[in-house]
Amino acid sequence: MEKNNNAFDVALSLLLNLDASLFQIVALSLQVSILAVLIAAVLGFPLGAAVALWRFPGRGAMIVLLNALMGLPPVVAGLMVYLLLSRAGPLGEWGLLFTPGAMVIAQVVLVLPILAALSRQKVEELLGEYREQFISLGMSRPRMMPTLLWDARFALLTILLAGFGRASAEVGAVMMVGGNIEGVTRVMTTSIVLETGKGNLPLALGLGIVLLFLVMLINAGAYLLGELTRRRTG
Amino acid sequence: MSSFNVPLLASSTLVPPPALCFDDVAFSHEDKVLLGPCSFNLDCTGPTLVMGPNGAGKSLLLRLAHGLLSPTQGRVAWSGHKRPRQAMVFQQPVLLRRSAVANLTHALAVNNVPRRTRVKLAYDALERFGLTACSNTPARVLSGGEQQRLALARAWVLSPQVLFLDEPTSALDPAAIKAVEAAVREFHQRGTRIVMTTHDLHQARRLAGDVLFVSGGKVREHTPAEAFFDAPASREAQAYIAGELVE
Amino acid sequence: MKKMLSLLLAGVTSMGLAFNTFAEEYITLASTTSTENSGLFDAIVPKFEDATGIKVRVVAVGTGQAFEIARRGDADSLLVHDTSGEQRFIENGHASERADVMYNDFVLIGPADDPARISGTQSATEAFAAIADAEATFTSRGDDSGTNRAELRLWQNAGVDPDGDWYRELGSGMGPTLNTAAAMDAYVMSDRATWVAFGNRQNLTLLFEGDDVLFNQYGSLLLSEDKHPHLKHGLARQWHNWLISDDGQQAIAEFRVKGQQLFFPNAK
Repeated sequence: MEKNNNAFDVALSLLLNLDASLFQIVALSLQVSILAVLIAAVLGFPLGAAVALWRFPGRGAMIVLLNALMGLPPVVAGLMVYLLLSRAGPLGEWGLLFTPGAMVIAQVVLVLPILAALSRQKVEELLGEYREQFISLGMSRPRMMPTLLWDARFALLTILLAGFGRASAEVGAVMMVGGNIEGVTRVMTTSIVLETGKGNLPLALGLGIVLLFLVMLINAGAYLLGELTRRRTG
Repeated sequence: MSSFNVPLLASSTLVPPPALCFDDVAFSHEDKVLLGPCSFNLDCTGPTLVMGPNGAGKSLLLRLAHGLLSPTQGRVAWSGHKRPRQAMVFQQPVLLRRSAVANLTHALAVNNVPRRTRVKLAYDALERFGLTACSNTPARVLSGGEQQRLALARAWVLSPQVLFLDEPTSALDPAAIKAVEAAVREFHQRGTRIVMTTHDLHQARRLAGDVLFVSGGKVREHTPAEAFFDAPASREAQAYIAGELVE
Repeated sequence: MKKMLSLLLAGVTSMGLAFNTFAEEYITLASTTSTENSGLFDAIVPKFEDATGIKVRVVAVGTGQAFEIARRGDADSLLVHDTSGEQRFIENGHASERADVMYNDFVLIGPADDPARISGTQSATEAFAAIADAEATFTSRGDDSGTNRAELRLWQNAGVDPDGDWYRELGSGMGPTLNTAAAMDAYVMSDRATWVAFGNRQNLTLLFEGDDVLFNQYGSLLLSEDKHPHLKHGLARQWHNWLISDDGQQAIAEFRVKGQQLFFPNAK
């Protein structure tokens, strides 16, 4: 119990003192995860909607694959991206290994299947409801896509948050491709691993509490925004 | 499906649509014939009321006519070269998760109406159907009657030459039914050919120009309204009007 | 919805700021967790940066992984502690040059009541044999790190094939292994630097130290220009030379944790 109290004290003093290096770590964590989730959304939502809308050979296999990839261990995603971006790998020329860019790519790999699989489910549900009306209006499938994605916007926001949760909470992938370099690729989760390694358990837990607090803040913001918009537009 | 020309003003009349031909049409599902085979021509001014007991195949016939379903046998065709502009109002209106006015502008956008005219057409239609007050209300929190009127307004902005209505009043209270029937008459007066299913005999008497009677998956007769209600030709329709249970 | 999008966009734009730190000159150094966790780099790297303007990005991993990163051409320079492994690395043509930089030593840590009685032993060999005889729980890193390799050599010297319930291979870094040892009241071999800086000792204490075989030499390696022409060889050489220069050696000697000197410069 004493240890927990320490951790809360540490978390509180970290937040209150606005420690500069903590601020940098938090900012990088948010930037990497938000950018990764946005890129994954731009790719994943249309992908999910397309799988919901079109019938093509291998569609069932694709759905199974997307669902399975939702459970991809982060360290495996990290290893794949590492081998891809390593100098000896196919994209080594880009020189992205051990940079925030590499971390963004790894997180996109992790988050994309979640966004695509869950949005596929939601869009397919909505399509079932709308199909006859859409055909009656003479809409082509490509024209249905934006309508469905917009009408699923509240569900998509929730899915986006799930993706953000996975991105900001994982450590295996960013550790491997980012290298946990101080001031460059050190984020909340890799700091926690580092401090645990040093035996600074209260500090590690304190950082964990800060991370949890941030994720809660973002979720609360999104929830409020969603509620307000829902009340206005239904 | 529909190609939109210059949107028509509400007061002007529409080009009469070509005749709808059912040529030996049947629809089966898992080896069970649900409708037909049947052949008929719809070339009268209407309104055409598709009547018959529940489960007779009325909705199926409407969906085949509108093109939501393809027949498993035979051909549904419009005489002439071009499909007429058409719209459909469902028993349960399918409205988008947006405001009332956005539902109308969406339908116009889909039909390539220029952005600037969309909003004006939408508000005109909302006014016509008494929905101005709730133009910014989310469509899905409107009452059942308001939702059905919004679905009618959405059909109205598309200026359809043919309008299909599938039991549009079955879930509504009398005041809302009255509003829907008034709207149907207004469409008719504008020159839209109405094809509407109902199992309400009184409603059919109020609206029908001609009656297509369906029972047991077969089209039994297609008769002008007066003749139909006086003395139906088919045995099934006679029994139905007499108030007997007909399959 | 639009508000949220603009917020997100603002976040992304500000990202440019964070990513902009790339313009400056830097090298990527693959090194070991023991040096990073002790805080050595935090103390000496700024002095190097002041002298040369070159930033050093430290990727701290186990020695095995550090070799692998360098072999693939993903780091400009290497600072590890496995002298025989380093020599093999040169023989295989991955590195062109090696220099001794500093040493620290390994220490044997265990529960304060010392059930295997190793605190009275005269040599590391005796101490390891005593642990094996008592079958006292011992946690090994088991991660092919420099420390792990050194530990396995010491078991061999003691004529013990470590096996059985008492010997736990963790596959973890030094810090996590110490955390586990503290939780299990187990013996563990650690580098002195990580041990002194370690904050979660619980019932653990230092039981044996000082034997010459526990000597832990760190070497700096320059990587092969033939194999990896894209690396920043010029900058890496500046770092390498600085480490073994008087300035670098003095910076290492001045580094203290809790008043203790942890690394002893010994460049020739």
